[in-house]
Amino acid sequence: MSRLDINKTYKLYIGGKFPRTESGRYYTINNSDGSLIANMCLASRKDFRNAVVVARKAQNAWANASALNKGQILYRIAEILEGRKEQFITELIVQGETKKAAQKEVEAAIDRLVYYAGWSDKYPQFFSAVNPVSSSHFNFSTLEPVGVVSIITPEEQSLLGLVSVIAPAIVGGNTVVVLASESKPLTAISFAEVLNSSDVPGGVVNILTGNKTELISHMASHMDVNAIVYCGKDENALKEISELASNNVKRTIFYKKSDWENNLCESPYFIEKTQEVKTTWHPTEI
Amino acid sequence: MAKNNNNNIFKASWTYDEAPESIDHIQIKEQYDLYIDGKFTKPIKGKYFDTINPSNGEKIANIAEASSEDVDKAVKAARKAFKGWAALSGKERGKYIFRIARLIQERAREFAVIESLDGGKPIRESRDIDIPLAANHFFYYAGWADKLEYAFPNRDPKPLGVVGQIIPWNFPLLMAAWKLAPALATGNTVVLKPAETTSLTALKLAEIIHESGIPKGVVNIVTGAGETGASIVNHSDVNKIAFTGSTGVGKYIQKATAGTNKKLTLELGGKGANIIFEDASIDQAVEGIVNAIFFNQGHVCCAGSRLFIQESVADLVIEKLKRRMETLIVGNPLDKNTDIGAINSKKQLKTIENYIKIGINEGGEIYQPECKFPTQGNWCAPTLFLNVSQSHRIVQEEIFGPVLAVQTFRTIDEVIEKANNTPYGLSAGVWTEKGSKIFHLTQKLNAGVIWGNTFNKFDATSPFGGYKESGFGREGGLHGLKPYVKFE
Repeated sequence: MSRLDINKTYKLYIGGKFPRTESGRYYTINNSDGSLIANMCLASRKDFRNAVVVARKAQNAWANASALNKGQILYRIAEILEGRKEQFITELIVQGETKKAAQKEVEAAIDRLVYYAGWSDKYPQFFSAVNPVSSSHFNFSTLEPVGVVSIITPEEQSLLGLVSVIAPAIVGGNTVVVLASESKPLTAISFAEVLNSSDVPGGVVNILTGNKTELISHMASHMDVNAIVYCGKDENALKEISELASNNVKRTIFYKKSDWENNLCESPYFIEKTQEVKTTWHPTEI
Repeated sequence: MAKNNNNNIFKASWTYDEAPESIDHIQIKEQYDLYIDGKFTKPIKGKYFDTINPSNGEKIANIAEASSEDVDKAVKAARKAFKGWAALSGKERGKYIFRIARLIQERAREFAVIESLDGGKPIRESRDIDIPLAANHFFYYAGWADKLEYAFPNRDPKPLGVVGQIIPWNFPLLMAAWKLAPALATGNTVVLKPAETTSLTALKLAEIIHESGIPKGVVNIVTGAGETGASIVNHSDVNKIAFTGSTGVGKYIQKATAGTNKKLTLELGGKGANIIFEDASIDQAVEGIVNAIFFNQGHVCCAGSRLFIQESVADLVIEKLKRRMETLIVGNPLDKNTDIGAINSKKQLKTIENYIKIGINEGGEIYQPECKFPTQGNWCAPTLFLNVSQSHRIVQEEIFGPVLAVQTFRTIDEVIEKANNTPYGLSAGVWTEKGSKIFHLTQKLNAGVIWGNTFNKFDATSPFGGYKESGFGREGGLHGLKPYVKFE
C-alpha cells in the first residue's frame, strides 16, 4: 500500500506558459503542523513586467475576438473546471477549507464562469446607447475594454474570488495580470492549467504568486497598465494604490467584500467597471 | 516670426464691415461676492481679484477670493442642505432644474456677451454653442431626476452627498452646466469653483440659481484660483470631486484624494488626431481641420491638434488649408465676423508662444497667415507646423492654443499606430467617404469621442470623456449620471 505521492511543482503562468520566477526565489505553504505543502514561486517585479508585456501584446486580438467566441471560451473554462472538480476540492481542503465549503466554492466558481459566459454578447447591448442629439448626426456610445488590468485577488475564497474578478474583466476584452491569494495560492495555479486547456489565448490571463506588499506598488505604478483591481480592506494598500495609479491616471477598482458567494457578487456592472465608453458621431445630412 | 505671404491674394479679395454685438443690455456689477448658503457673501478675509477682458486688458469687475474658511462654510452649507435635497421627490428636484434651463434661455444673449467679454471667445461661438448647450444640458438632466431607476436597472441609485466641482476657463458656463446639472438631478449638493479668469458667467448663473428658488445651500459657488480649488479637494467632508482641467492637476487631485473615500471623475487634457484620407471630400475636410483646431482659439481639450494627411493628398490639403487660414478673422470677440477671438489670459498666451518657439527650435516649418491684431489684448495667429514627427514636443504635448502639428502617412495601420501613440485619449477625427474605413478607424482609435466626417460637436445627450491620461468618467447622456450615484 505504500506508494509515494507525486507532488506538483507550482509555477507562474505567463503568456500561456508555466515559467519559474526569473528571480529564483520561493516561499513555502505549510500545513498547520508545519509540514511543507508546496514551494511557491515568489514572483518579482521583473516577472510582473514580463507579464504586462505579453498581456499588452495579446489584448488587441482578444478584444477583437467575437463576443460569441469569447462567451464560448468562458463556457469552455467552466466545462474544464467541472471535469476537474475533485482536484480543486482536494486542493481547497489542503488549504484549510472544510469539504463542504470546498465543494460549494468550486461549484460557485464554475457557475460564475457560466454566468459571465452568457453576458459576453449581451452586456454591450445593456450599456450602449444611441443618443438623440439635436443636430443632424448619428451618434452612439458603445463600450470598449480599458486594456491591460492588474488584479490583486481576494486573500480568502482563493478560487471563487479569483474567478469572480477575472471573468468580468476578460469577458469584456481586457487582458489581465493577476496576483493570487498569498496564503492560499495553490488553486490559482491549478486554475491556470484549466485556462491553458480552455482555448484562452496565451497572455490573456497571467497569474503570479508572491508577496502582496512587494508587488502591489509595481502593479499600481506600471505605466502600461490601464486599470487596477484590488480586493481587500487594507487601508494602507488602498492609499498606496490610488497614489501610484495617478502616475498615468489609472482606473482604480476596489472590492471590500468578504463573501464572494453571494449573488450580489455577479452582475454586468462588474464588467462595466473595466470598460471605457466611446461615443461616435457622423453626419446624416448629404 | 516667419510669414508666408503667397496667399495674400485671398485675403485682399474682400473685406468685412465691423459687426459688433451690443453690450448695452448686459448687467455687470463692480464687485462679485461668493454665493454660499443661498446668499451672496463677502469673503472672510476680504480679498478680491480682478477679472480682465482679454481683448483689451481692461478690468471688468472685482471677484471675491475664497479662502479655505470660505470653502469650509460652503461645504457646511451644502452638507446641511443635502438631506432635504436628496429626500425631495425626483419630480420636484427636476422642476427646479427645468427652471434654471428656462432662465438661462431667457437671458441667453446677456450670457453670451459676458462670456465673450470675460473669456475672449468669438460671440458667434458663445451665442450659438456655449449658452444654448448649457441651457440644453440643464433641460436634459432635469428630465432624469424622477427617472433614475430606469438608468440603472436592478440597482437602487443614491446620491453621493456633497460634490466639489472645479471647472476650466475654456467653456465657463457650459462646463458649469455639465457639472451642476447631473449632480443636482441625482440629488447631490454642490460646491462649484469656476476658473479664476472666467468667473463672471458662473456668478451670473448663481443669480439665476437663486431666482429659481432652489433650497439654500444646494448650490454654492466659490471663486478663486488654485488654492481655492485645493481647499475643496482636501476638504474632509466632500464626498466626490469632479474636475475638468489639465492632466497635471488631474494627477495631483488623484493623488491627493488617495486613501480618502472621495469619488473622483477627471476630464483632462488631449492631443486629438484628425486623420484625412485621400478619398475624403477634401473641401469638407479642410473646413473640419479649421473647426478642429481653431474653434475657441484652440482652447479645447478635445481639439484636433495633430493633423495626419495621407501622403497622396498632402500637398493639396496643405495648400487649401493655408488659403482657408488666410481668410480667418482674428480680432474683437464681440464682432460677429470674428473667427478667432482673444487668447484667454496673458499666461496662456505665453504658454502658446513658448510652444511656438519650441516648434521652431525643433526644426518645424511654421506657417502663419498675416493678421492685423488690435493694439491691446492677447492675440495669436492661427499656426501650422509642417515637417514635424512623433517625437516633437509640439506633437506630444497639449498646447491649448491655435497651433496645429501636421504629419503625413501612407497606410491605415501606420496612421492608427501614430494616432494612438500618445498618453492622451480624448478625441479623434476621421475623414473619408468610404463607410467601412470610417468604422474601422472609429473602432481602432483609442479615444472617448470620435468624429467621423465632422469635428468638435457636442450635445447634452452625448457622453463625453477620455481614455488613458485624458481622465475617467463621462459627462453628458445617460452615462453622465453614473459618476454622481452610488449603489448600496
